[in-house]
Amino acid sequence: MDIHEYQAKELLSGFGVAVPPGGVAYSPEQAVYVATELGGWHWAIKAQIHAGGRGKAGGVKLCRTYHEVAAAAKAMLGATLATNQTGPAGKVVHRLYVEKAESFVRQLYLGFVLDRKVERIRVIASAEGGMEIEEIALSRPETILQELVDPAVGLQAFQARELAFGLGLNIKQVSQAVTTIMGCYRAFRDLDATMVEINPLVVTKDNRVLALDAKMSFDDNAMFRRPRVTEMRDSAEEDPREAQAAEFGLNYVGLSGDIGCIINGAGLAMATMDMIKHAGGEPANFLDVGGGASPERVAAAFNLVLSDQNVKAILVNIFAGINRCDWVAQGVVQAAKSLRVPLVVRLAGTNVEEGRRIVRDCGLPIITADTLAEAAHKVVAASRGGDVK
Amino acid sequence: MSILIDATTPVILQGFTGDKATFHAKEMIEYGTKVVGGVTPGKGGQTHLDRPVFNTVKDAVKATGAEASLAFVPPPYAADALMEAADAGLRLVCIITDGIPAQDMMRVKRYLRRYPKPKRTTVVGPNCAGIISAGKAMLGIMPSNIYIPGNVGVVSRSGTLGYEAGAQMKALGIGITTSVGIGGDPINGSSFLDHLILFEEDPETKAVIMIGEIGGPQESEAAKWVKENMTKPVVGYVAGLTAPKGRRMGHAGAIISAEGDSASEKAEIMKSYGLFVAPSAAELGSTVALALSRAG
Repeated sequence: MDIHEYQAKELLSGFGVAVPPGGVAYSPEQAVYVATELGGWHWAIKAQIHAGGRGKAGGVKLCRTYHEVAAAAKAMLGATLATNQTGPAGKVVHRLYVEKAESFVRQLYLGFVLDRKVERIRVIASAEGGMEIEEIALSRPETILQELVDPAVGLQAFQARELAFGLGLNIKQVSQAVTTIMGCYRAFRDLDATMVEINPLVVTKDNRVLALDAKMSFDDNAMFRRPRVTEMRDSAEEDPREAQAAEFGLNYVGLSGDIGCIINGAGLAMATMDMIKHAGGEPANFLDVGGGASPERVAAAFNLVLSDQNVKAILVNIFAGINRCDWVAQGVVQAAKSLRVPLVVRLAGTNVEEGRRIVRDCGLPIITADTLAEAAHKVVAASRGGDVK
Repeated sequence: MSILIDATTPVILQGFTGDKATFHAKEMIEYGTKVVGGVTPGKGGQTHLDRPVFNTVKDAVKATGAEASLAFVPPPYAADALMEAADAGLRLVCIITDGIPAQDMMRVKRYLRRYPKPKRTTVVGPNCAGIISAGKAMLGIMPSNIYIPGNVGVVSRSGTLGYEAGAQMKALGIGITTSVGIGGDPINGSSFLDHLILFEEDPETKAVIMIGEIGGPQESEAAKWVKENMTKPVVGYVAGLTAPKGRRMGHAGAIISAEGDSASEKAEIMKSYGLFVAPSAAELGSTVALALSRAG
């Protein structure tokens, strides 16, 4: 789960991370009001979307008058912002963050990730902030500093000091950088984050160390114990079909092809999509119905897949372990009664004979397959209106 | 022979009296697994499925001599259950639970390192289908009838794709020694590599198939080890060629976020290290047959 910049800053400042003063705005009037409350004569108006690369795409505007603030807010709100991370479709801006603009003398990079290879939290810092970490790794790899955190004792202050001195900070700046690094680490640990990124972390003329931008992602599996984070969920940032899927305990990811997929198990789902491609088709979605696929769940899966107007045929592929083929078959037959596209069903595993019998005897024009390869070829043919019987 | 479990391994279930655990305990017993009891805190002293229930894993180990456990514990309490099992000295814990926080698994892995290697508990899972040694014992939730005893080792991140492999092999008359599901989470108890090492040591295993998916460095790390150390042929497959970058595909760990994470990159790495790469998920069985023919 991702949150907005202003939410990440709110969370991090609770852990002692220094951020410039700012406020959220949903309208130009609110943006101007926030600017007057903040005081000063320079404000950054920042589009709040769940993607980076906003600066280069025009999602951050520096304003010097209230008039400019109002104009920038008016232009951004409701507009679609396409950055190198949103894809060409972009994202609609519904919220702005108005922040007191700070001038700075240095831009640094600070990041925290859960490293799967070493199974520890990795802290990454670089004196070359302001560009993406992938870019730094390519152009200035020698500037990258790293520390691994032992989960038994957590990040130690000496590790933060080593990073801070390694960034070439002076002693006044080092103590603030240590507070920032330790604060980010504690937020990462205590809020079950999977990523915290401060880019840039800036040093001002008067030796202050400030998080100018902040990004946080969280572990969906840990949200049962993080109500404060789940309150920050912005459903406008999510694909409505994926949100609907989650309600039924389904995992759905929309893709651009025309063959709808309903499969149990994430691995088999991916492999089936690959098979469809192998057979010359394009999958319209990833959908894992999970274990315990009740008729209601199967019906919900059909509704979801069919809500994509591109879908020309559907493939149901169930290898039942916890599931039972006969339950799944009953759900499929129910859902298939009002189907507008061809349906290919492949069942295997627990109670397969009974499941196949239900599908065969239901009197509906369901195409059956015994193997994965057969199922993929039949559904690709069916999507092209071919005869597959 | 087989790896991890056989018909003589005394097994307990953690979360024994729950509905799912009860259902699968019955299946395991029917398959021939030596289930000696289980643990449900607060129900110690009761009997369930004609077997004793204990309050703690330590009590269960003391009374039954259990060596392995199958854990059916909800996500918030799963890490605790794994550490309890490790502290009680179990050799093996398999955890089915899906949805355990990644940082909890990180702490579990750190905790396991308290014990020197010979005494260290092997954790299989989480978010997996379990372990089956064909014809001997089952520590998991798989449909047991899709496997026949034989000489191929299976290790898979995905449960259902592991079934697919088992069924395709059975259709060709190829059986397995043991099939292990390592699970779809970003941090698993044990890796492809851990189990490849065991299969390499197992005299009955003649070939191995490893079934991976997008995300994480495990498949590549294991493939490198195969090239450098393994004497038996290994078949590889990676699911997710059609998966878009940066999107989580069902499994918490199935996301392309770094270089080398994609299915095509992993398959290329496997090929470069001399693995037999199955061209599609429909050719898992036939690629194993090919590898076996080279095993001599």
